[in-house]
Amino acid sequence: MRELAYVRATSPDEAVAAVAGDPQARFLGGGTNLVDHLKLGIATPGTLVDVSRLALAEVEGTADGLRVGAGVRNSDLAAHPVVRRDFPVLARSLLAGASGQIRNQATTAGNLLQRTRCVYFQDASTPCNKREPGSGCSAVGGHDRYNAVLGASEACVTVHPSDLAVGLAVLDAEVVVLGPDGERRLPYDELHRLPGHHPEHDTTLAHGELVTAVELRRSPVARRSTYEKVRERASYAFALVSVAAGLELADDGTVSDVRVAWGGVAHKPWRARVVEDALRGEPLEEERVRDVVAEELRDATTTTGTAGKPAMLAGVTARALTRLAAPGPQVEEAGR
Amino acid sequence: MTALRLTVDGAERHLDVDTRTTLLDALRERLEVTSPKKGCDHGQCGSCTVLLDGRRSLSCLTLAVAQDGAEVVTAAGLGSPDALHPVQQAFLDHDGYQCGYCTPGQVCSAVGMLAEAAQGHPSHATDDLEADPELTDAEVRERMSGNLCRCGAYAGILAAVQQAAGAARAEERA
Ligand SMILES: Cc1cc2nc3c(=O)[nH]c(=O)nc-3n(C[C@H](O)[C@H](O)[C@H](O)COP(=O)(O)OP(=O)(O)OC[C@H]3O[C@@H](n4cnc5c(N)ncnc54)[C@H](O)[C@@H]3O)c2cc1C
Ligand code: FES
Ligand code: FES
Repeated sequence: MRELAYVRATSPDEAVAAVAGDPQARFLGGGTNLVDHLKLGIATPGTLVDVSRLALAEVEGTADGLRVGAGVRNSDLAAHPVVRRDFPVLARSLLAGASGQIRNQATTAGNLLQRTRCVYFQDASTPCNKREPGSGCSAVGGHDRYNAVLGASEACVTVHPSDLAVGLAVLDAEVVVLGPDGERRLPYDELHRLPGHHPEHDTTLAHGELVTAVELRRSPVARRSTYEKVRERASYAFALVSVAAGLELADDGTVSDVRVAWGGVAHKPWRARVVEDALRGEPLEEERVRDVVAEELRDATTTTGTAGKPAMLAGVTARALTRLAAPGPQVEEAGR
Repeated sequence: MTALRLTVDGAERHLDVDTRTTLLDALRERLEVTSPKKGCDHGQCGSCTVLLDGRRSLSCLTLAVAQDGAEVVTAAGLGSPDALHPVQQAFLDHDGYQCGYCTPGQVCSAVGMLAEAAQGHPSHATDDLEADPELTDAEVRERMSGNLCRCGAYAGILAAVQQAAGAARAEERA
């Protein structure tokens, strides 16, 4: 580890100025990802600007939804009564990630901006274009079980590891960002990016831009939503694949609106728009869901380790949507 | 070096640390508080779990400087040999360990977990997100999944945590 200066920021503006003006400076949230990277020698900042104690840790109601501060801890967000009632996919995706201890430490922004768990990215002795642009990608032809099946490039085949990031993808979310020139908002879908020629950039944020909040709008699909995750052990493991889904049914039982996003599939949460468009206006049937998942995956590239992902996605997407469609206590209430 | 103040197991401690020191290393190497254990140093095992300002946290994944002013309670600070904490007693009663290396982390995690459950926090194992969670065995397993036990003493750990949960519920009713 190189020498490190530590600064506890006292205001968002001060934090932005401290990082934007210094290419070697980084924001520090709960530290559960960045501190690990310091130890692994794969992050070598000169200065850490601690933003975890800024007044960004509130969940506040807005006219049409919720404003989630960037510093809200994952456990507090998952336990928030409005999140549990109106945005179950958010609570479920958070609770599917990491452990009780880590969720007490991890922040909203830190979770969304956590970096890939690709074993080569985390091993400074191997080539990795994300860690060291131009050095090559060891995951092509290497350990491939967690690799992407959609949207990858020759430069990078990894996936985004966050469960929360996938859950948010089915909500009408906006990310509030503070930069040296003031505040801007971006649709959530524009936060993360596909790797292309520049896998060193996970997101569209510029150096020194501070995420201050994520804003959510209430909607029937948000209210009737869920998250399912497939992993190699029952808990405390990253996703092989995961599915976030939201559903709204018309009075005649057909789908009036639907949202599906996949994790473990691409460099960013994958909004399954082919699936969504195909299912709108139709009765929800399991076989049909499986067929349209196959359509969404038409351009998928699999290798030995990822060969099972399409089948997992078909099964879990069908299960998530049929469970949401099944009449149950929450569903009746949502319809009232 | 940065000057730091921590309250550790009830005692105020002052120390100078290199900014790169984790809370775990500050506790063990600088303050000789050795009940939190270093299993993996990467957030993957839970053996370094302490209560940090009252909440269970991994001391290996936070920098000591980021915790200036914090209150840290380790398993050693929860009770004393003649007055064990109910969770400590439950681990003894149910043989919730074999080598004991993971135990201080398990105990702190259980104390933090029971407080979370009492506040109504749901988990991945909770069916109805809006109901008050009931600590079934499946719930306890899920909520304690951040603590690995290399000896595989999970059956005893589960029984111990359930005994402590029952005691906590009885106290709530009283
Ligand atoms: C063993 C283990 C298992 C895990 N399992 C899962 C899992 O199953 N699912 C899952 O989703 N996650 C999992 N995680 C990852 C965990 O969720 C992340 O480490 C955590 O969410 C990161 O949040 P943080 O606040 O600690 O971020 P930090 O480590 O503090 O920061 C992460 C990044 O975000 C940047 N940053 C922080 N705050 C801001 C801000 N406000 N604006 C701009 N940039 C900012 C930092 O500069 C850094 O680059 C696991 C982690 C571990 C160690
Ligand atoms: S030593 Fe901290 S989690 Fe393993
Ligand atoms: S008792 Fe040996 S590791 Fe748990």
